[in-house]
Amino acid sequence: MSDFDAKKVAEIHEHLHSHLPSESALRVKALETLLVDKGLVNPQTIDAWIEAYTEEIGPKRGARVVAKAWSDPDYRQRLLDDAPAAIDELGYLGKATAHLKVVENSDTVHNLVVCTLCSCYPFSILGIAPAWYKAAAYRSRAVRDPRGVLAEFGVDIGDNVEIRVWDSTAELRYLVIPQRPAGTEGMSEDELAELVTRNSMIGTDRDLGEG
Amino acid sequence: MPGSMGKLPEGSLILSESEETALKPLAAVDGQPAFEEAWQAEVLAIADTLVRNGMFSAGAWSDALGAALEEAAVGEAIDNQETYYRCALQALETLVASNSEIDRQSMAGKRKDWEQAYLSTPHGQPVNLKTE
Repeated sequence: MSDFDAKKVAEIHEHLHSHLPSESALRVKALETLLVDKGLVNPQTIDAWIEAYTEEIGPKRGARVVAKAWSDPDYRQRLLDDAPAAIDELGYLGKATAHLKVVENSDTVHNLVVCTLCSCYPFSILGIAPAWYKAAAYRSRAVRDPRGVLAEFGVDIGDNVEIRVWDSTAELRYLVIPQRPAGTEGMSEDELAELVTRNSMIGTDRDLGEG
Repeated sequence: MPGSMGKLPEGSLILSESEETALKPLAAVDGQPAFEEAWQAEVLAIADTLVRNGMFSAGAWSDALGAALEEAAVGEAIDNQETYYRCALQALETLVASNSEIDRQSMAGKRKDWEQAYLSTPHGQPVNLKTE
């Protein structure tokens, strides 16, 4: 084979393979095709799920829950007493929030949520778990060294503040209510919801009035 | 803070991006999208749909994913999203194989069919599986 031919063949080969999906992507396609063929999943359901979780849900629902709890003491109490029922009032109840516990930060308590086994997360109100929540480093360090993990996120917790680490499971997941920032007394729920960060509802953010 | 360093106090430590990542592996990935590729979203979508449909429980999914992640950690796989979602795919295949008529052989066969379909479809054309 001449150099020219060899180059041409290499180009064709590269061209053919350049749009071949990755090994994982091919396996997912195979699995989905088989499940659809057997009538076990509906492709429209999968598409709708992806659209909802990547574009609509995010952590916005959780922020609405927190803002309502900040604004309405009765709602806050219902949320602490029976989180699934209180979340259902806003129409956000999903499989992952059917068993949910809400924990509240205070001047003397900071809550941090992890799933040491895998990545259990209340995704129907917080969207898909962030990359760091799924990392082995977070899952192993959050329990062993919560202050170190928090310091990495720029959160310095004073020695007078107790850190409570909650280990999520498929049966019980957690949502943190961060402290309402000072000087927000006149704000509407919509305005308050804008202040609530995703990380504050997991516990890797604390002082929402800062920055 | 590129371009806005100004005068730094004496003894300040300036870290390169890779050093920052090494020292703060979690904060360094904060803000990254939850999915890097479409197949990763599809894995979670299928898993959640099958939990809702009752093929397997949320607890079974958690256990299978946890086992795959543990295996990856023991094998010193890189601690990133690619590894996480590969573990999720492995867990999903395992649960489907043990809870439905779809076995490993048919998964491998269908994967091969998709590969052939991609290789034999010219660029720009929609890729479809041949119907038998």
